[in-house]
Formats: sequence, C-alpha cells, structure tokens
Amino acid sequence: MDPVSSIEGRAIPYGAKNVDTDVIIPAAWLKTISRDGLAQGAFETVRAQPGNVIDDPEYQGAPILIAGDNFGCGSSREHAAWALLDMGVTAVIAPSFSDIFSGNAFKNGILTVELPQEQIDRLMEVAKTDPISVDLESQTVTTPFQDRFTFEVDPFRKDCLSKGLDEVGLTLERSDAISQYEKNQAQTMPWLAKGTEIAA
Amino acid sequence: MASRPRTLYEKIWDAHVVETRDDGTSLIFIDRHLVHEVTSPQAFEALRLAGRTVRRPDLTLAVPDHNLPTTPRVDAAGNRIPIADPQSAAQLEALETNAPSFGIRYIGATAAEQGIVHVVGPEQGFSLPGSTIVCGDSHTAAHGGVGALAFGIGTSEVEHVLATQTLLLKQSKTMEVRVNGELGPGVTSKDLILHIIGVIGTAGGTGHVIEYRGKVFERMSVESRLTVCNMSIEGGARAGLIAPDETTFAYFKGRPLSPTGEDWDKAVEWWRGLHTDDGAVFDKSVTIDAADVEPTVTWGTSPEDTSAIGGSVPDPMSFADPNKQEAARKSLSYMGLEPGQKLSDVEVQNVFIGSCTNSRIEDLRAAADVLRGRKIATNVKWAIVVPGSGLVKQHAEAEGLDKIFIDAGLEWREPGCSACLGMNPDKVPAGERCASTSNRNFVGRQGPGARTHLMSPAMAAAAAVTGKLTDVRELVK
Ligand code: SF4
Repeated sequence: MDPVSSIEGRAIPYGAKNVDTDVIIPAAWLKTISRDGLAQGAFETVRAQPGNVIDDPEYQGAPILIAGDNFGCGSSREHAAWALLDMGVTAVIAPSFSDIFSGNAFKNGILTVELPQEQIDRLMEVAKTDPISVDLESQTVTTPFQDRFTFEVDPFRKDCLSKGLDEVGLTLERSDAISQYEKNQAQTMPWLAKGTEIAA
Repeated sequence: MASRPRTLYEKIWDAHVVETRDDGTSLIFIDRHLVHEVTSPQAFEALRLAGRTVRRPDLTLAVPDHNLPTTPRVDAAGNRIPIADPQSAAQLEALETNAPSFGIRYIGATAAEQGIVHVVGPEQGFSLPGSTIVCGDSHTAAHGGVGALAFGIGTSEVEHVLATQTLLLKQSKTMEVRVNGELGPGVTSKDLILHIIGVIGTAGGTGHVIEYRGKVFERMSVESRLTVCNMSIEGGARAGLIAPDETTFAYFKGRPLSPTGEDWDKAVEWWRGLHTDDGAVFDKSVTIDAADVEPTVTWGTSPEDTSAIGGSVPDPMSFADPNKQEAARKSLSYMGLEPGQKLSDVEVQNVFIGSCTNSRIEDLRAAADVLRGRKIATNVKWAIVVPGSGLVKQHAEAEGLDKIFIDAGLEWREPGCSACLGMNPDKVPAGERCASTSNRNFVGRQGPGARTHLMSPAMAAAAAVTGKLTDVRELVK
C-alpha cells in the first residue's frame, strides 16, 4: 500500500445521503476477478442521468469525493472501495460512514474524513470552483480560502496509512506468536489442528 | 479466567486469542476457512503480487457455488459443459487454478461433494463445534448452528486469513435470544427465525453475537439450527450460536473430516463444556414466546418485513417511525402490494426451494411431503428445487424425493446458490413474484425487478400447489 500523506486536488461535490454500495458499484460488477477496471461500473445508475456530477468533465480524475450521511451502507463488498480507487478517489469526506465501508476503505488506503454537515456544505461550495486539500498528518481539511477544518482519525489507522503499512504485513511480523498458538493447539485441541489433511 | 461465568461466545473467543493488543483488539486464530469463487480472486492475486503463501492450506477448503449454472455440468459423454457467461467462467477458472497452486483442497464443480459452502462445511465435518470459521460471505453465520463462531469477512480479510490464519478483531457484545415454549404443528425453524427478525429488526443484533437459547433449539435437528443461525446476519448480528449437544455430536460422528479415535473422544469432552455458564451475563436479551410463531412470510423488501400467513399487508402509516413508514411505502410499491390486502390472496408465478438457508435433506423432505401426489398450480410458471450439495441431491434421489418434485411439475437441479442471488442464469423475471426459501428479499436480489417472499420449504411447496401464498397447515391437516 502506498503511504498516504496529503491529498490535494479537485473534489466531486456529490453530496447524496445514504449512498449504498449498490450505488457505488452495482452487483453485476462483482463478477470480476481483478480489483482494477471497476471505475467503469462505479455510480452506474447515477451516471445514467444526464448532467450528473460524476461525469462532469470539471471533476475528471478528482482525488476527493464529498458525500452526505451514512456513505457506503449496504453490502460488505470491498468492490466499492476498489471502484473509488479505480476512479482515482483516495479520500472521501462525509458526515458519517458505514463501519464496513470505512474498514474496507482503510484497508485499501482510502482516507475517510468525517466532518459536520455545515462544514460539508461549505466544502461543497468551494469544490465547484477550487481545489481542496486533506492532510493526514495535521488532520485538517483546508481550502484556498480561510477554511481549516480538523477531523478525527484512529491512531492505529493513521499510523498504518501514513507509513503505507498493510495489515497483512503487520500481522506477519507476529508470526512467532501465531506459531506458538499453533503448537499449543496441536497439543490441546489436536482435532482442530488437523483440518482437511485428516482424509488425505 | 475459569472462575468467572462465561457465555458460549466468550469461551470460544478465549480459546482462540493468539495475543491481545493494548487497544483491546485481539489477534484471533481461525480454525477453518471456506473459500468460494466470488470473493477470493483478488485475495489470491494480492498474495501472488506480494510473494506470499497460504499459511495453513490444510485449514482451508475451496468450493465454487455462486456462479455455477444449476443445469447439468457434464454431457452424455462425461465431458464438462463450459459455463456460457464469460465472467462467471473466469471466476470459476480463477478458483480452479488458485486452489491447487496454493495447495488448498478444492471440491470441483462436478464433484459429488460440491455444493453451497455453508452446506458443504458442516456436511463434510469441516465446520466443527467450538471452532472459528470464516468465509468471504455474510451467511457464514450459518455454521453457528453447530456451535462454531462463524462470520463473514471481506476480501482483504480473506487475504489476511490466507496469509496469517488469523484476524485482528474486537470482541463483540453478546445478545441472548431466548425462546420459551414449543413451536406449534407445521411451524418450522425458518418461521421462527423470520419471526425473530421481525421482532428484533434488521439492526437488532448490530455489534452483537446472538446466542439462541431455549428448549426449542435443543429439540431442533442440526439442520434446523443451521437455518436459524444462517439468518442472524439479517438480524444485524455478525454471528449466531447454538450450544453444541448430543444431537450435534451424533451429527458429526463419522463425517469425512470429523475427528476420529482418540481425537474424537477429546473433542467431545471439550465440546461438552461449550455452553453458557449459569450466571454469565449477556449485554442484551430478548425473549420470545414460541406459541406466538405462526407460519411466516415476508411482504416487503427487508427481512424484518414479516407477517404470519394469516395476516394482511400492513398500512405504512401503522409504523411509529417515520423512516419505517417511508421504507414500507417504497417496499409496497416495489412489491406491487396494497395495504390491507390479505397475504393469502397474493399470487406467485415462481417458486424457489434452495439456498444455504433451506436446501438440506430435511428441507427437501418437508417440501416433498406437501407436494407428494399434487401438481403445481397453472399460474406457477417456474418452480425449481436446488439441493444444497451433490450429496444432498444423492440422498434425496435415494429417497425418491426427486420423483415427487418432478411429478408435481418442479424442476430438479444441480447444487449451487442459484436464484438466491441470481449470479448464475436462475433469475426471477421483473415484476413477477417468487415464493423463496432463501434469506434476502432485497430489491433486485433474485433478478432486476423480482419480488421475493421469504418462507419455509413447506410453505414454498404449499404456494407452488395453490399458486398463492398459503398456510401449509391447510394442505396437510
Ligand atoms: S445461497 Fe445465497 S445467501 Fe447462501 S451463500 Fe449462496 S448466495 Fe449467499
């Protein structure tokens, strides 16, 4: 995973509330075997409407998405995070996120920034004409004007994101502890330690 | 630790902690990992890119289920029939390649043991009591029916488990769903779980692991327990549990991957201790009277939209919560139903008996009992029975159940997820209704515009016979 420090650029002023994972990436796209290429299906139903903000040339390649309450609710499909990444979005700003989505986003190096609705409203205004900057280190969102909004981030997640650590890599560093557990289990619960080899 | 009374969940959790970190999260060892074709390709790809291996291929079992067509898979000459949909074919092919290349046991599309992961796990004796089980699929909760701590995970977590055989987790809160009394005649485990979800709501179990307690569950077969735990996720809980007992032990004795000899004795000894201690405290508790449970169906597009079959479509205004009023209005418009309409007047054009909720032998027997010597109604255009696994299929055929279905006018299919989610060609046409034994009645779940009514296998069979939602007790008096 690439380290995340600051994300600067245009932001898509999308603003919709309760955007579920079916809206972010419809079920038909779950048949892929890759994480790439999902941008094509991202927000398919939204983009079917003429004049929608996602397809507005103004925001092509924008690294930030601004949305309403409860972003990413619905199914646990990680494809939602992959679709955003494939669009080039690496930060989403919203008043709240579904737990599963924010977990999936984090695991894929997407920063989820929670800000109160008034600040979101202000950023929606700015986004129409100017870039926005999200800084992980100082935990702030700033605009070319005087705006400076601070946000919370879980210290563990901040550390992982800023160092580009992936969770698998971190856990692999605990291999000794896992081996120790396996050794104990083979003693105390041998039937669990055997798995599919039992019928070899 | 041993002195404090613990819940069943806490006992399984404690037995699987590799280490606990300062922030309260724990590294939890995973005993059994089921892998299917939809949520695994990206995980294997990530392993390959990072040059990583599967830590415990022996604790991993791969089975395709979601994409497989339920039409014959081999032709008369015994050659495999390729999957027509190129994307489905590619997902299947990815699993077929990934499993052997990472050393994982693979049950292929044409093997007799193939089936829906959640049917195959217990059937093979892979999903054992007291174990931790994960799968990239939310209905992994089903395996709680054998007394295992089982839950669905995302693809990054699939990768994490493949590489490390662990997950980093925060302990969940515990919730007790206690059912007092006995179920009436003709009322099944599916009716009970639909009723429970109707009572607690789809968010009722959020953040909790549910333990189902009471005589009703003790008297249930393991298969019925799997049905109950399967739908825990529809009640918002990530996992559901029923304490293992003599019924469970008898179920596992002699299964292909069950422990044997001395291991078996040790296992049973440990399993006997797997129950909630007297005096253990749950964070939340709900009590339900079994006598209140009738054969139950859903009328809306959320699994909490349940009603006894004798009831009517509710008026959205009858809900106190304005959000629920709005949701009910939307549901009814999607479902094409009017407030006050009697549920037993609602006609169905499709019947689906299958899915990881209700596709085991007991389910097929229950449906066959209703259909024996009867014919499906003329307005029912499509009615299929999809066994949960190839072994269930063989078992049913040995009992002659296939004949009963075929004589009644239903199609007898090959095992898989099928019309539960319509990733394969089995879909319900837009605007049509389906009496379905699956677990989700979401908008478009069984195909774009499809209208799903969830119910038990016996109730689905009754609907097939009358062409309407029907109280099965009227047919089998
Ligand atoms: S049968 Fe349905 S719910 Fe069960 S695993 Fe398959 S798609 Fe998921």
